[in-house]
Amino acid sequence: MKRRSFIKKAVLSSFATIIGTELVFGAKLPVGYIPLGAQEPDPFKMFSKHKDMVILNNKPWNIEAQAHLLDDKITPNASMFIRNNGKTPEEINVKTWTLTIDGESVQSKKTYTLADLKSKFKKHTYQLTIECGGNGRSEFTPAAKGNQWTIGAVHCASWTGVRLRDVLEDAGIKSDAVYIGYHGTDTHLSGDPTKEPISRGCPMSKALQDETLLAFEMNGKDIPIIHGYPLRLVAGGWPASVSGKWVNRISVRDQVHDGTKMTGTAYRVPCNAVAPGEKVKDEDMCIIESMPVKSLITYPKTGATLKEGKTLNIRGHAWAGELEVAKMEYSINFGSTWTSCSIQKPTNRLAWQHFSAAINFPKKGYYEVWARATDTNNFSQPMVLPGWNPKGYLNNACHRIAVKVV
Amino acid sequence: MEDKEFQKKIKKAERTAYIALFFSFVASVLLLIVVYNPTLSIFEHKSTAPLYTDIVEDEDKIENGIHIRTGLIEADGLMTVVNNCTNCHSAKLVTQNRMSAESWNNTIKWMQETQNLWDLGANQEIIVNYLVTNYPPIAKGRRMTLTNIDWYELKN
Repeated sequence: MKRRSFIKKAVLSSFATIIGTELVFGAKLPVGYIPLGAQEPDPFKMFSKHKDMVILNNKPWNIEAQAHLLDDKITPNASMFIRNNGKTPEEINVKTWTLTIDGESVQSKKTYTLADLKSKFKKHTYQLTIECGGNGRSEFTPAAKGNQWTIGAVHCASWTGVRLRDVLEDAGIKSDAVYIGYHGTDTHLSGDPTKEPISRGCPMSKALQDETLLAFEMNGKDIPIIHGYPLRLVAGGWPASVSGKWVNRISVRDQVHDGTKMTGTAYRVPCNAVAPGEKVKDEDMCIIESMPVKSLITYPKTGATLKEGKTLNIRGHAWAGELEVAKMEYSINFGSTWTSCSIQKPTNRLAWQHFSAAINFPKKGYYEVWARATDTNNFSQPMVLPGWNPKGYLNNACHRIAVKVV
Repeated sequence: MEDKEFQKKIKKAERTAYIALFFSFVASVLLLIVVYNPTLSIFEHKSTAPLYTDIVEDEDKIENGIHIRTGLIEADGLMTVVNNCTNCHSAKLVTQNRMSAESWNNTIKWMQETQNLWDLGANQEIIVNYLVTNYPPIAKGRRMTLTNIDWYELKN
């Protein structure tokens, strides 16, 4: 093992010298191209991620944060989860990159270069909460197949781009338009060029929102390749799968988009609640739209011990899909009593909100600090798992951290 | 007379040697160029692949009951799983999932219908047996106890 990894490293670094820095090497080289086992590039370096990020999958790349890595108000790249469905695009040329607007419900098919998009339309910047629909999947019983996300598949970065609405209106939308579908340049894991790894979309009402952007910047810089460089759709508050990466085509559809992972059970939950493990027919599954209310304690990291009599200052973020978080509470007695946290207004619609509280513990012992957000429709996070569903989506159960007073 | 003939032959041989030296020099220069820039257009048909294959040794090494390359548990059916499952996706997608035989069979069916997975034939039973034996479902209840807590002293 030791020798193998040494050989791997030696080959990797000599390769890096040949074609440039390790980052360039990592970002440009399609992952599937490396014979499995021959070498394993360091994903933390390759994607500039924090060393505490957890790799769930390396083919395709699926990497999640932990609660304490998400403490920043605006999530930096280092802590942003990666959920890819296929292989990262191999060749990206910003000079020749185009975005085509087509579909049954577009007045006329139109193609824009990146320069067109940047010069023709007004730029906008929004902080947007983007959470994977399957965040929290690992807790469901019976287990749902797929990447076993715990709590770290969420981020709120600052995105800059042009409004999808402005571009769609420039191309012209017919009155029968109901949905958009995106297409990207990532490739199917099987290598089949006729298959798309993912092609989802959203209803026109979401597509035409102010905050739905065709983004080319993340936190003030070019979007990192793994997050969708050079062009990405961002639709805050909805399952992250709607925020398509490496987008080169948007189809305006006269029907609900039927691209890959739009049909069957993908990103759908039973229209009516079912018992755990129950079989659900495809036609009884409804597409997930706005994500449910949720929160995370990002400070302190779970496992804190503190001296008796000390006050514990906690902080974190809360979000509620299309809605706002109206109330934030914590409990140190497993939900027997709840105490208010202070919660800030979002910077803009669809940005997560920051909460904090100062907690005093009555005596020594083991505690769990639970956090519970309530949205403007008066829906709160459940303490147990919410409704079971076949694909393990929408687990918005309260987050908790372990604390010991000694 | 014979001497001259001999000298001529020597000269000829010398010339041949020089030419050979020249060509081997050219060849080594070309080789160096290829080594330092394997992306030369004439080698565009993925000529870089052999660079890797040489170092793939003990591909299927097992250490402490774990197949090092994939992280899968060593048990009956391991190589059938490795050969049929890890071509398209990472073994991590297998090891992080814990499902019943029925669910694994459904997953295989889904992969065949949508992900270009081939007909597994008799291997399907071997694969599913391996998975349910080594990665059985765990009952977690409605909320698991917090485990693996890394206790530390909070300074503030």
